Amino acid sequence: MSTTSIYDTYEAVIGLEVHTQLLTKTKAYSNDEAAYGAMPNTLVSPVTLGLPGTLPLANKTVIEFAIRLGLATHCTIRERNEYARKNYFYADLPKGYQITQDKTPICTNGYIDIKLSETETKRIGIHRIHMEEDAGKSMHDVDLTDTLVDLNRAGVPLLEIVTEPDLRSADEAYKYLTEVRRLVRYLDICDGNMEEGSLRCDANISVRKKGAPQFGRKVEVKNMNSISNVKRAIEHEIIRQIDILEAGGSIDTETRSFDAPSGTTFSLRSKEAANDYRYFPEPDLLPVIVTEKEIARVKSTLPPLPDELVKKYTQELQLSIYDASVLTDAKEIALYFEDVLKHTSNAKAAANWVMGPVKSWLNENAMHISQLSFGGKRLAELIALVDSGKVSFSVASQKIFPQMVQHPEWTANEIAERDNLIQESNNDTLLVVVKEVVAKYPEKVAEYRGGKVGLLGMFMGEVMKASKGKADPKVTTELLKKELEQN
Amino acid sequence: MKIDSKTVQDVAHLARLEFEAEGEQKIINDMNRMLGFVEKLNELNTDGIEPLIYMTEETNHLREDVVHPPLSHKEVLQNAPKHDSDYFKVPKVVEKK
Repeated sequence: MSTTSIYDTYEAVIGLEVHTQLLTKTKAYSNDEAAYGAMPNTLVSPVTLGLPGTLPLANKTVIEFAIRLGLATHCTIRERNEYARKNYFYADLPKGYQITQDKTPICTNGYIDIKLSETETKRIGIHRIHMEEDAGKSMHDVDLTDTLVDLNRAGVPLLEIVTEPDLRSADEAYKYLTEVRRLVRYLDICDGNMEEGSLRCDANISVRKKGAPQFGRKVEVKNMNSISNVKRAIEHEIIRQIDILEAGGSIDTETRSFDAPSGTTFSLRSKEAANDYRYFPEPDLLPVIVTEKEIARVKSTLPPLPDELVKKYTQELQLSIYDASVLTDAKEIALYFEDVLKHTSNAKAAANWVMGPVKSWLNENAMHISQLSFGGKRLAELIALVDSGKVSFSVASQKIFPQMVQHPEWTANEIAERDNLIQESNNDTLLVVVKEVVAKYPEKVAEYRGGKVGLLGMFMGEVMKASKGKADPKVTTELLKKELEQN
Repeated sequence: MKIDSKTVQDVAHLARLEFEAEGEQKIINDMNRMLGFVEKLNELNTDGIEPLIYMTEETNHLREDVVHPPLSHKEVLQNAPKHDSDYFKVPKVVEKK
């Protein structure tokens, strides 16, 4: 007996707020270094400390990075940008307010497409992206009596990306986050490392009966430090909310924290009776005007983006969706593949090489593609060598490729010639060998002619052996067939 | 707008200020006087006039992304009421239930 689960009669409505820590050299509004992993409280300036009399000064690169992300997510880029103060007291926020953007987010109204399956994509609306600064880091569990505060992170620039409530499941949230991470890495604006906190995610989750016109009351969940934890937290929270509603209860609008070991969420006691951030314009920072010209300039510096590359690979180059997604998964691999494409027209072979021998070599040696000693041109030469029939793919990948890695100054052709790997496709020489083999096994020849055509493989093997593996299989097959089938 | 006891208590909480109970009435009176003073502005019709936020028309006052030396570790911590050799120390405010 199977009945529809009560859980299936509900749907979840999820919006995500993602904070990306930017890869700038300095902080958002002061020129002390923005770096992860330094000794505590060693990257701190008077501005970061919020000392009286200090003034913030906005970092140019933050605005450029915001424009990059806005363009990549199809947003409208705001011309006149202002900053605002968000006021609250917390020990890791020395000024007593965070400089952020309130009414004038730099990017609005964009989208990111996520892939639900091989054939299905879903468009997730981007409500806004705004510039702000990070707080310092508080450690509550280290010291018995006090909370420890490190201000190195205070003032590090962030872009907060807020979606529309378009996500309907934990799985969609997982896919969206994976896409955001890939995108910021392509754009070189954030390293996307959730474990180190350079990419952070808060989820707003509510549930409603399927078909209900209105959203349910939402709960905000924080402290999920990996993409799979975001998925787990959302899965748990959906069930928790449905259970409460089914038991006749109602959902409290509250902030909850994810507890990774148990996979559950717990309520964070609200810090203030009502969060009253008292936003007002930041008078210490002047407005920033982003001109059309500046947007065009930033646009011209954008790298090819994953969805554009996938389109190009599947439509122009006729590669499979699978190949295209493997090749574009990491930016560095995609750029390497692009480099190979510049020097060869055999896209399918190039894809196979990059996904095959190149990737296995990287995996086996725990190397990064940037450590591969030769560029796309060299690999294209190897592909050309295989295409010309002078070496087989297996000789190329097993005997030539490893040597190229060791000696980037050697070309594929040089290695093949030096090591005598050029396969015999000269028909005259090969024909002699073929004739010898056929003459050596008169009985097998008779069997073959009697209908045991499977013996062709055996003859092939013999020719290969006699030519020390250098016979071109295609030519050999033709010559053998001709030789065996005459008379 | 009229300031009452509740408003004073709310604002005091947000500003993390404490005061003696007998001082409250004086604060209420002071704040009402201040509001009364700026109330004068309501006599003007400001419909359609953008608020003045900046005292200059200047924009795009920006900085290149170049690192300058930070304060020394000792200087960073020296004004803190409580610290150890690495960190600022503050009262615990978050407890897991």
